[in-house]
Amino acid sequence: MSEPILELRGINKSFGPVHVLHDIDLDVNPGEVTALVGDNGAGKSTLVKCIAGIHPTDSGEVLFEGHPVHIKGPREAAELGIEVVYQDLALADNLDIVQNMFLGRERTKGGLLDESDMEQAARKTLASLSVRTVKSVRTQVSSLSGGQRQTVAIAKAVLWNSKVVLLDEPTAALGVAQTRQVLDLVRRLAEQGLGVVLISHNMNDVFEVADKIACLYLGRMAAVVSTKDVTHGQVVELITAGRSGDLGIARPEAATI
Amino acid sequence: MSTEEASSMTDTTETHEGEAPQGAISDFGIDTTSRSTSEAIRDYWSSVRGGELGSLPALLGLIVLLIVFSSLSDSFFTLGNLANLLQQGASITIIAMGLVFVLLLGEIDLSAGTASGVTASVMALDLIHGGNLLGGMGDGVFYIFCGWLVLAVGLSLLMRLWTGAVLSGIALVIALLGVPANAWIGMLLAICVGASIGCITGYLVAKIGIPSFVVTLALFLVWSGVVLQFIGQGGTLGLRDDTIFQVANGNIGTAGSWILCVIAVGGYAAVLLNRHFTRLRKGLVAQPTALVLTKIGGLALLAAVATFALTQNRSPSTLVVIAGVPYVVPLVLVLLVIGTFVLDRTSYGRHLYAVGGNKEAARRAGINVEKIRMSVFVIASSAAAIGAIVYSSKVGSVDPNAGGGNTLLMSVGAAVIGGTSLFGGKGRLRDAVIGGAVLAVIANGMGLLKQPSAVVFMVTGLVLLLAASVDALSRRRAATVAR
Repeated sequence: MSEPILELRGINKSFGPVHVLHDIDLDVNPGEVTALVGDNGAGKSTLVKCIAGIHPTDSGEVLFEGHPVHIKGPREAAELGIEVVYQDLALADNLDIVQNMFLGRERTKGGLLDESDMEQAARKTLASLSVRTVKSVRTQVSSLSGGQRQTVAIAKAVLWNSKVVLLDEPTAALGVAQTRQVLDLVRRLAEQGLGVVLISHNMNDVFEVADKIACLYLGRMAAVVSTKDVTHGQVVELITAGRSGDLGIARPEAATI
Repeated sequence: MSTEEASSMTDTTETHEGEAPQGAISDFGIDTTSRSTSEAIRDYWSSVRGGELGSLPALLGLIVLLIVFSSLSDSFFTLGNLANLLQQGASITIIAMGLVFVLLLGEIDLSAGTASGVTASVMALDLIHGGNLLGGMGDGVFYIFCGWLVLAVGLSLLMRLWTGAVLSGIALVIALLGVPANAWIGMLLAICVGASIGCITGYLVAKIGIPSFVVTLALFLVWSGVVLQFIGQGGTLGLRDDTIFQVANGNIGTAGSWILCVIAVGGYAAVLLNRHFTRLRKGLVAQPTALVLTKIGGLALLAAVATFALTQNRSPSTLVVIAGVPYVVPLVLVLLVIGTFVLDRTSYGRHLYAVGGNKEAARRAGINVEKIRMSVFVIASSAAAIGAIVYSSKVGSVDPNAGGGNTLLMSVGAAVIGGTSLFGGKGRLRDAVIGGAVLAVIANGMGLLKQPSAVVFMVTGLVLLLAASVDALSRRRAATVAR
C-alpha cells in the first residue's frame, strides 16, 4: 500500500485520573477501510474525538500526509480534510438535503446563496457515491429514513474533498437493507481513495468492508491485523481479552520468562 | 475468504461506478425533468396533506372573516375602512415580523411590547425637548441611559455583533451630542435604542444562558417601569410633528401609488423569472413556466385592483380628498422583502433556520450559535421600535401604557396564526403579515359590529387557540407521514 495518510504515534489521553488512551499507534491508509473495534469503554470514541480535535491529546503526535500537525478544533480538522460522521447524526431536520450538506460552508455569489450551484454539486456527489434511494435532493431531512439520513451525513463528509472520513457506528440503528446501503457506501468511499476509519460493534459489518482491523482493549491498541488473516473468533477474543493466541497484548507470564 | 471475496466486491462496485454517469439522471429523475402544471399542483396538494400547511389555514381564515364581516356590516367593505384596517394592523404586524426571527430559534421575546414603549417614549422625549435628552430625562436617568447604551456597545463588540454595536453607538452619539430635534433623527434614535435593548437581552440569553422566557419576562416588567419613569405618572407625551403624524396616517399620492405598484410587481416578477430561468438553464427541476407566469399575473392583477381602489377618493366629507396607498403599506412591504431576502437568500438566514432546527448540528457545522441567538433579539427589538413609531404616529401621543397590555401577545399571536411554529425552525416572514391581517380584521370587524371588547378578546383568543391546534395537528401529521 501507499504511504499512510494519517499516522498516530504514541497518543495518550487522560480525563483526570482516568487514563483512557495508552500509547496508541495507528496508520490510516488511503483507499483502505480501517475498522476500529473494542468493547464499551475501550476508548474508540475518545480516539476519534482526539483525531477530530474535540479533545486535546496529552502526548504523542499526529502526522497527516507525513507532516506533524496539531489539531486544535473541529474546524482545523475539517481544513486538513478530516471529516467525522457522528453517531447521533448532525443534521438539521427542518432543512433539505442540499442545505444540510452545505451547512456552515454555503456557496455564495455576490453575498447571496448560490442555490442552483449547491444543488448541482450535491447531486453530483450523491451520484458519484451511487446513492439511489433519495428521490429528490430538495427533500426535507425530516422525511428521510434512518439509512437515508446516514447516507446524507456521509455524503456531506465527502463533499468537502476530504481525505480521511471517520464513521462512528454508522449502522448502529439501521435495519438490514439500510445497513447494506451504508456499507456499500463505506466501500465506495475507500475506492475513491479516501482513508476510512469505521467504528463498529458488528463483526459481520467489519468483516464485510474492512481491510484491516484495529482492536482497542482497555485503552491500549491490542492488535492491528489484516482482515484476511483473522477469523471472527480471534477478533472477538482480542476485543474481550486483549489477546488471541500470538496476537494481542503479551501474556503477563510471557513477559517474565 | 478474502482475496476472492475482495475481488468480487470490487467487481460489483466497479459496475456501480460504471453506471453512475447515466445513473445520475435516473437517480434524481424528479430533479431534472421539468414538471407539468398538474403534477406541480398534485405535489403541492400532497405536501399539504402531509402536514406542510404553511400559511394556508390563515389565508383561508382571512377570506372567511372578510366574507363574514362584509355580509354582517355595511361599512366593513368600504374603501375608507379597508385603508383604516391597513393602518390599524401595521404596528402589530411589524412587531410580529421581528418576533418571527426569535420564534424561529424556538425562543420567545416577551419584552418586545414594553421595549417598543420605551423606544417610543425616548423618541417623544427627544422631539419634545428639542433633542435635549439630558433635560428631558433628568440627570440621573440620563446617565443611566447612557451607561446602558455603552454596555450594549461593549457587549456587542464582545460578541462581534457589529450591527448591534453600530446601532447602539449611533443612539449613544445622538443622546450625548444632543442633536437638534428632527422627526427623522427621532425615529432613528428609537430604532437604535431598540437595537441596544436587543443587544443586552440577547447577551443574557445567548452568553449567560438564562432561558429567554425568564429574561424577557423580567425585562417586560423593567421596561413598563422605564416607560413610566420617562413619561411620568399619569402624563402623556404628545407627538405634534407632522412627519411622524404622516407615517401611519398619510398616503402616497396617486402617481406614487401606481409607481409603487409597478415596482412591487416588477420586482417580484424579476426575482421569480430570474430564478426560474437560471434553474432551467442549469437543468434543475423547475416549476412549469405557465405556473410561474400565472403566479406573476395573479399578483399583478391583485396589486392593480388594490392600487386602483386605494387611489379613489375615500373621504366621507366633500371638503377634503383622501386618496392613495397609505405609507404603512410600502413600509411593511419593504420590511417584508428585506427580511424574507435575509432569511432565504443569505448564509445568515440559513444558519438561523439550522440553529432553530438542530442547535447541535449547527454548532458542529461551525456556525457561531451564540452570535445567531443574540442577533435575533436585536432584530426583534429593532422591529418593535419601528412598530412603536407606527402606533405612536397613529395615536399621536405616547402614554404610560404604550406597548403594554396585549401588544406583545397580539404580535406573537399574529406570527403563530400565520403559521410560525413556537417550537422553532419553521416559519416565514409573510406568516406575520397574514396573521397580523387576520387579527386586524377581527378587531376592526367586531368594532364595526358594535361588539364590546369582552367579545373581541374572547374571539381573538379562540382564533389563536384554533391556529395553535392546527399547528400541533399538522406537526403530528407530518411526523406520522415521515415515519
